[in-house]
Amino acid sequence: MNIEIRNGRVIDPQADIDRNATLYIADGRIAGLGEAPAGFVAGQSIDAAGCVVCPGLIDLGARLNSIEAELAAAVAGGVTSVVVPPDADPPLDEPELADRLVHRGTEIGKARVLPLGALTLGLNGERLAELAGLKKAGCVAFSQANKPVVDTEALLRAMEYAATFGFAVWLQPQDYWLSRNGIAHEGEVASRLGLAGIPVAAETIAIATIVQLVRDTGCRVHLTRLSSAAGVALLKAARAEGLPVTADVGVHHLLLTENDIGFFNPHARFCPPLRAQGDRQALSDAAASGLLALCSDHTPVGADDKLLPFGEAKPGATGLEVLLPLTLKWAEAAKLTLPQALARITSAPAEVLGMTAGNLAVGAAADVCIFDPQATWQLTPEALKSRGKNSPWQGYMMTGKVRTTLVGGKVVFGG
Amino acid sequence: MHNPQLNKNGELIHLMSIEGLPQPIIKQILDTAESFMEVSAREVKKVPLLRGKSVFNLFFENSTRTRTTFEIAAKRLSADVINLDINKSSTAKGETLLDTIDNLCAMHANLFVVRHASSGAPYLIAEHLQRIGRDDVHVVNAGDGRHAHPTQGLLDMYTIRHYKKDFTQLRVAIVGDILHSRVARSDIHALTTLGVPEVRAIGPETLLPKHLDKLGVQVFHDMNEGLKDCDVIIMLRLQNERMNGALLPSAGEYFRHYGLTPQKLALAKPDAIVMHPGPMNRGVEIHSAVADGSQAVILPQVTFGIAVRMAVMSIVAGN
Repeated sequence: MNIEIRNGRVIDPQADIDRNATLYIADGRIAGLGEAPAGFVAGQSIDAAGCVVCPGLIDLGARLNSIEAELAAAVAGGVTSVVVPPDADPPLDEPELADRLVHRGTEIGKARVLPLGALTLGLNGERLAELAGLKKAGCVAFSQANKPVVDTEALLRAMEYAATFGFAVWLQPQDYWLSRNGIAHEGEVASRLGLAGIPVAAETIAIATIVQLVRDTGCRVHLTRLSSAAGVALLKAARAEGLPVTADVGVHHLLLTENDIGFFNPHARFCPPLRAQGDRQALSDAAASGLLALCSDHTPVGADDKLLPFGEAKPGATGLEVLLPLTLKWAEAAKLTLPQALARITSAPAEVLGMTAGNLAVGAAADVCIFDPQATWQLTPEALKSRGKNSPWQGYMMTGKVRTTLVGGKVVFGG
Repeated sequence: MHNPQLNKNGELIHLMSIEGLPQPIIKQILDTAESFMEVSAREVKKVPLLRGKSVFNLFFENSTRTRTTFEIAAKRLSADVINLDINKSSTAKGETLLDTIDNLCAMHANLFVVRHASSGAPYLIAEHLQRIGRDDVHVVNAGDGRHAHPTQGLLDMYTIRHYKKDFTQLRVAIVGDILHSRVARSDIHALTTLGVPEVRAIGPETLLPKHLDKLGVQVFHDMNEGLKDCDVIIMLRLQNERMNGALLPSAGEYFRHYGLTPQKLALAKPDAIVMHPGPMNRGVEIHSAVADGSQAVILPQVTFGIAVRMAVMSIVAGN
């Protein structure tokens, strides 16, 4: 069915477009902007007055514990593609599992599912998974989620093997030994509250190791969920050297610090941990300058797994439905324009993935998000479609509400 | 941020930590404890302040000494005391901490004395009580992870006040494993709140938390330097599992550098007092000649502890 989206403010950061125009969709693809293609007859007309019309969001990290609910949450949050880390139960370490996940995603027909295959069997950091087979089954890259590869030789070999096929490896830089006992940033707050610390060196040592192995193997690496100013500095140096390294940051780390732990709030427990104000500022600057892509790091956790003392609570927060409002909140504080902000969650992640996506170019798949940038809503458990109600923002007002989401030219949320 | 241990009128309804406790409340507790000292000397050692109330000693971690002193304190206030040792097997049955609390509330508990291995566990309980509308149930932290042991901190302050009177003229040294010590954290907050001008932390870098200076503490690695002219020395227990490993090479080397011997004690003021939260490791952190010497006030600490715990329970349950 042909769709026209009228009266909206169309923002396509990749093409530097920001104007009021009608967007035309035909055969699941963008067919035109401003002027209808010849012979276009709209089967459906969407009035986007007062709304922004932008490429669907691409989330570089979302766990889909209950896939149907979480994919519904994705499109409710304007997210049209989700990169799924392999730390599911069981871990995504066999082509058949990846195949099944992709198939299930297509069947549900909401957001597109882009799985990351396990780099090693069982994510145990020892034996390589069948990378080529996983790739064929639809995996976009390979990762350990936040499980470490303790054995540096295993990491070297994995990167050599991935480089052989031109596969990208996504790694969360966190030294196993320095982080295994920690539950919070090794800083003032952890010292005061008596929480075992994770030093910044856990991140920098891991990045230094990975960067050296990139230098040696030529493997394309994406660093996930940076948490520290020192980590950002190492990334900058690697980029300046011309190494094929990219990185992202979880949106919560742009807005929160160790101080948000307050009186042991388990919702402020993250992996990697929230760090100091200087770290938050460096991450924010790096994201603003385009060095880091943003992601939700969506981690739905059951209520019982958060109603525990801080150190026993599972880390992570729900993210798919707050990625857009939190990005807008951050952008406002960082004094970015709306197109600059949207680039961090559309074109920048597409670039990380090496995909031509996250834009509204004629011919591109019509993955579109229509949202009201002024509308406010309160974050409550009932307001979320995700099974994960765990959020440090529970009870807060969010600004920015998704009205309609289209994937492949089909309305999958709203109307 | 709302401090969950105070009610809207700024009165103490739970005791979780000395951090954020206003000086007048600390003084109120110490004064009340002083008035209870006389009760312990009576033939009938009881006052009826908590008559008809139920105090549940909820110990998720082993303790004899602290539990016993809480039990004695509650009984002297005429409360009914129920001791629950919740070992690992009951957690293995799947009952969560908050399930346990709900069950005990249904048994009409009035006050929980909680010890837990995880920092912050009492906060979780207090928040839960507020959520379920049980503002008639109170929580006293008897030690949570590395975070706080506020009644120990308060009894230490009672001891210091008893022997030294004025906090604002003192130099106090805390020696040993501060990193893993909830007692040290509570003492530091209490001492700085009460206006002690110089609080020193003495220990090897492996046993000191980062950013101690932000808590108003001066750090010393050399014990001889750190003890110089101190009025009060608080020794901390070194846990067995920390003696040989990555933190310390051996108990012997630790004792040579951080054990309190008569020679090192001589560097402090002649009338300095020596404190220890117990149980002591003689020959590891403290020499027997010091532990049993005239400057040690380790046993009076235990006695004062009962009066301080009576004070805390009567104030918290009375508000």
